[in-house]
Amino acid sequence: MAETKYQTAGLKVWRKAKEIREKYYKDYAGAHDGRALRWGGGAWSFDAVPQALEGEIYPLTEEPYGASIGANPVFQVRCQEAAEGKGYARDLCAYMRGYWGSIIRDQYAFGGKWPKPDFIFQNHICCSHAKWLQVASELEGGIPYFCFDVGAGPYNKIGERQINYVVEQLYDGIEFLEKTTGRKIVDEKLIQNVYNTYISNSLWSKSCELNQNIPAPLDEKSMYSLYVLGTLQKSSKEVADFYKELYEETKERVANKIAAVGNEQCRIIGDSQPPWAFLRVLRYMEKYGVVSLGSLYTFSLIGWWRIDGKGNLVPYKTLEEQGIKIKDRDHALRLLTEGELKGKLMWAPFYGASLKNELVTKIASQWKIDAAMIHVNRGCEGTAQHQMEMKLALAKAGFPVMTYEGNMADEREFDEARTLRLMDLFLTETMGLKKLEW
Amino acid sequence: MIAAGIDIGGKVAKAVIVEDGKVLGKAWNLTGINKAEAAERVYNEALRKAGLQRKDVERVVATGSGAKRVTFAQGTIADAAAAARGINRLYPNVRTVIDVGAEEGRAIKVSPEGRVLDFAINEKCAAGTGTFVEAMARALEVPIEEIGKLSLSSTQTIAMNAQCAVFGESEVVSLIHTKTPKPDIARAVHDAIAGRIGSVARIVGLEKDIALVGGVAKNIGFADSLKKDLKLDVLIPDEPEFVGALGTAAAAAAGVLEEEVRAKVLEKEKYAEGK
Repeated sequence: MAETKYQTAGLKVWRKAKEIREKYYKDYAGAHDGRALRWGGGAWSFDAVPQALEGEIYPLTEEPYGASIGANPVFQVRCQEAAEGKGYARDLCAYMRGYWGSIIRDQYAFGGKWPKPDFIFQNHICCSHAKWLQVASELEGGIPYFCFDVGAGPYNKIGERQINYVVEQLYDGIEFLEKTTGRKIVDEKLIQNVYNTYISNSLWSKSCELNQNIPAPLDEKSMYSLYVLGTLQKSSKEVADFYKELYEETKERVANKIAAVGNEQCRIIGDSQPPWAFLRVLRYMEKYGVVSLGSLYTFSLIGWWRIDGKGNLVPYKTLEEQGIKIKDRDHALRLLTEGELKGKLMWAPFYGASLKNELVTKIASQWKIDAAMIHVNRGCEGTAQHQMEMKLALAKAGFPVMTYEGNMADEREFDEARTLRLMDLFLTETMGLKKLEW
Repeated sequence: MIAAGIDIGGKVAKAVIVEDGKVLGKAWNLTGINKAEAAERVYNEALRKAGLQRKDVERVVATGSGAKRVTFAQGTIADAAAAARGINRLYPNVRTVIDVGAEEGRAIKVSPEGRVLDFAINEKCAAGTGTFVEAMARALEVPIEEIGKLSLSSTQTIAMNAQCAVFGESEVVSLIHTKTPKPDIARAVHDAIAGRIGSVARIVGLEKDIALVGGVAKNIGFADSLKKDLKLDVLIPDEPEFVGALGTAAAAAAGVLEEEVRAKVLEKEKYAEGK
């Protein structure tokens, strides 16, 4: 094999990441065997609350499940068509259609029949999420359903009023959970879940921050298999411990100059979810020595950040680092809400293009990118909003940008051959690169 | 050195053979289903017109959606790169080229050396392509070669509301039923496609000089609509459909080939093994 510019090595935590994920989906399906409950709900935030119920609760968070469907091109089309056959429009969120299709077909993406949740506890991330699990509940003949609003404003406008707005809803949610399940929220569990949530989010951000180094220790395709654990159960000790381990290993890689892409010669960022069934396009660009470092999406779907005094994006601190000891339930809920609303920058695009542009241009500068290659994702209006504005902002900041159209979980809208041709065009012509591997 | 460029488009295959910047022969034919055969046919035809044989041609490069099916090519370049190089050969002052073919419309920002600085592509939508015009010509029962001229005799502006080629066809049928004059409908069709292509062009920015190439550039009705949409004049070369193949031939002549890169990689590997 040809020599590469930097040494490379696989991630030691890789197998563990796969095992945690596999166990998660298996546990959810088999929950009733052990008298545990199944919770269906949101991947983005606040899993600390339902996970604080007495006894065992196994979650199925909707987005990563939709992505799992999306990663299987045959199954995803069957699910999409099942949803469309029921009358749901094709331009709706691709994850949502896939999820509904899975219910309609009574088919679990991990084998067997669709495991019906016992209750739904969800939050309004976007207009799709606001209806997603409500429709799912209806499709399943009515499952107890609670949804709360988190549209409190962008990270730089979060104050007591905004925190109170969400916390009050969480109290309503707790009442719903206790009444529906017949179980109590255990404050000790809730408190520990909140500590874990901070750890998971902070350490993921810290790992992403290390990609500012040259060579980058992580590549975005691998990062998708790592961030997903936070979308499954960031409030669990297992996931928090995993991110601790990942961070230590990533630091080691930086210290030893172990690169994600051995021939790194061009650093890029992306945007939005990738086309899950075609992640090989990310490997393809590596043939040109291109490393995809991440994106606002990859860094902050799971991952809390703040803007420091110098205007830089820096990881949010854990509660331990902040010297905060959680006193009681109310304190736990307030800290959880504050972290989610202030730290999760992925909410920002929902409040306007200028916010997204500001964050993305900071990322571009801090992560020392050479260009951006943006997946114009028809499957998610939320993460793909303002992409053309973002393209202009990056171009104005001096970064070449290419876009390629697709869909994160509907393979009918992704043309792989054309995308690879566009990548060839951009990387050879605009970036002046030549292929280093075949 | 004699070099050839083969452009296998979605509908039409083109070939251009050059020597020292001069075109020795060119040809086109319909691509059809079998792109490999189309490539053979069009290349043979170009060779015949140039009075050459295959052994006379030192390098062949391909472009277009069927580029990888050109088995006798020593390398490929992207369509936009081909268009940029091609227009640079003809009009070195062009900085924005709009290339509209049967299945794709694209806008390209071109450097003075003919390299692609930026590009935007109408990827998923037939309403910004030659296919749209063909579909509308069928609906109007007008030969495709005449629809452009027909539209220039329009006396009133009608807006086409449909953004989609499928719904557009339905709208044309409705307009016919309301006895809207065909020239006016033809004008509306061209204005619609020009609007879409104009939007794509504005993504890369309109820097003069601006050129229009590709098969649809031969449509004088579309060209007129596009100039009105952009509010700028555009250069249209003679035989605009050959610009991509010309640029590809220029790339072949200049030695821009994957083969050369491959050879360098192999050389490097051999060296590494020998250590």
